[in-house]
Amino acid sequence: MTTRIALLAAAATLLALGVAGCGERPQVINYKQGKYQGKADTPAFANAPFNGNKQQWEHEIDDRAHYQNEYVRLRD
Amino acid sequence: MARMKFLCDAERCIECNSCVTACKQEHDIPWGVNRRRVVTLNDGVPGERSISVACMHCSDAPCMAVCPVDCFYKTEEGVVLHDKDLCIGCGYCFYACPFGAPQFPQTGAFGVRGKMDKCTFCAGGPEPDRSQAEFAKYGRNRLAEGKLPACAEMCSTKALLGGDGEVIANIYRDRVTHRGKGGEVWGWATAYKVPSASGGGAQPGNQAPAPAAPEPAKPTGGTKS
Repeated sequence: MTTRIALLAAAATLLALGVAGCGERPQVINYKQGKYQGKADTPAFANAPFNGNKQQWEHEIDDRAHYQNEYVRLRD
Repeated sequence: MARMKFLCDAERCIECNSCVTACKQEHDIPWGVNRRRVVTLNDGVPGERSISVACMHCSDAPCMAVCPVDCFYKTEEGVVLHDKDLCIGCGYCFYACPFGAPQFPQTGAFGVRGKMDKCTFCAGGPEPDRSQAEFAKYGRNRLAEGKLPACAEMCSTKALLGGDGEVIANIYRDRVTHRGKGGEVWGWATAYKVPSASGGGAQPGNQAPAPAAPEPAKPTGGTKS
């Protein structure tokens, strides 16, 4: 009887370990700034010609990025 | 927020080195320093492949982890930059980098190391944007001008793509779908599956399903007389 219980417990443990191995951890890194000791930098959109207009800068960069797709250019 | 990345399509790279030239010219880089270079595998053998390599602006950059003076930082756009005023030229980052991106100018026959120099994704460095000091130390700041890196924009075959990772992944997916091969590689579904609507950044017009595995490639050996 005790042998059977021990076998069942061992099987349950193995099953739990096996199932745990199937888990998936998130693979996206949440970057945290380290201990940077140098000078502070300004964002790319901070100065002329964007003067702090982040939306306009992102729009400009996005347009440029899409222009690399010649399939879209050819469709136009 | 965009996360800037490079992507080089080995099917398209023709080893013309225009990316290398564009980078050198754009940033007035001295002899001996190559922020970007083209690596060819199986050179001279039919089926050779070339790929343009520079700093990949890693999400978890090993250069940042090993720097003893903590001179590296990452911008909001995911560009890895460093402060040359703080760099001591020790070379740890060179050993840590899997791409050989950090470069050290040599001023003598025995390889005296200077401050580390590397690809900045044309984003300058910690000096006033588009100033003379920034250009002298880090090169031109094209991102502050609303432009993408010179190497990617100059690429004649558009093998080298640069920009927001989501956007260039969409472009690459679109391209592979059109040419009908490339989607069979291991990890395609992980790297290039169509992002969910809530994922953000994806452009609906550029979405396309992963292409089906093509027929086995025919042997290319031999030449026609």
